[in-house]
Amino acid sequence: MSWTLVLALAAGAYACKAIGFFLLGRRTLAPALERCLALIPAAVVSALVMKDTFSTGQHLVIDARVAGVAAATVAVWKRAPFVAVIVIAAGVTAGVRALA
Amino acid sequence: MVTASVTLGAAVGVFGISFGVGAVSAGATVLQACAMSLLVFTGASQFSAVSVIGAGGSTASALGGAMVLAARNGVYGLTMGRRIEGPVARRLVAAQLTIDESTAMSVAQEDVAAQRAAFWITGLSVYVFWNIGTLLGALLGNAIDPRTFGLDAAFPAGFVFMVWPLLRTPRGRIAAALGSAICLALVPFTPVGVPILCSALAVLVGLPDDERWPDRRPAQ
Repeated sequence: MSWTLVLALAAGAYACKAIGFFLLGRRTLAPALERCLALIPAAVVSALVMKDTFSTGQHLVIDARVAGVAAATVAVWKRAPFVAVIVIAAGVTAGVRALA
Repeated sequence: MVTASVTLGAAVGVFGISFGVGAVSAGATVLQACAMSLLVFTGASQFSAVSVIGAGGSTASALGGAMVLAARNGVYGLTMGRRIEGPVARRLVAAQLTIDESTAMSVAQEDVAAQRAAFWITGLSVYVFWNIGTLLGALLGNAIDPRTFGLDAAFPAGFVFMVWPLLRTPRGRIAAALGSAICLALVPFTPVGVPILCSALAVLVGLPDDERWPDRRPAQ
């Protein structure tokens, strides 16, 4: 692996973060744009859940993770604390994987 | 919230170990592996770059794929940049910490003070664990497979916990459903990283004004 890759990726990745971070500054935006911005986490974090649960690379897959995340979702719904949710997800996934 | 941040950091640390192992076996030196985690600090991009190089790909192709994955941090920056205050130097550090985990943990909090605290604690916790993990993995050369312990499900589960409070409003639920659908629909047809970026288009559901979306009215 070349240092060019390491440094170019470091610069590029930081540029992505910083551009987003400083782009809008303190400006007040139109209410419709503010509403859209406020929805970014709901849209993107939900998409992360889907990607991490149902895909491997470019393939949609159903595997042990689905059971783990389903169990975790029930735990979240029942207001379980964060650590319990993580332990349930990992435990159920590992269990199903070991049995399969 | 501190417990949650540290738990998440520890889970990330295990993936840091597997990144260190993967980087070294793909031909990186220990120093390069550690430099990547310290400077690049966005796991998906790092794994992607290393796997392309390990498979014999060029620097350009490794960089291209990794940058597509890194671009979503810009989307998080749009959200976090408006919440994190302080001198420019502090905000420049905050930008480096703007990743999946810190953003998601932050937006799950009720008020602005807690959102800021969650961002910093989670970002720093993940930073420390990710880098310690990378160093350990790079030095050890082989380590546990996080999948054996189901840790690959820990992240989506953590994200479910974090997104839950955002689903209280009808608009939040629609954005979440739409973002999810866009992501799953694109996974088989686009390069890795593109589905997450495109899921952000779901925020357009925010455009119509409140009269048609009664989510700001008090409960009847």
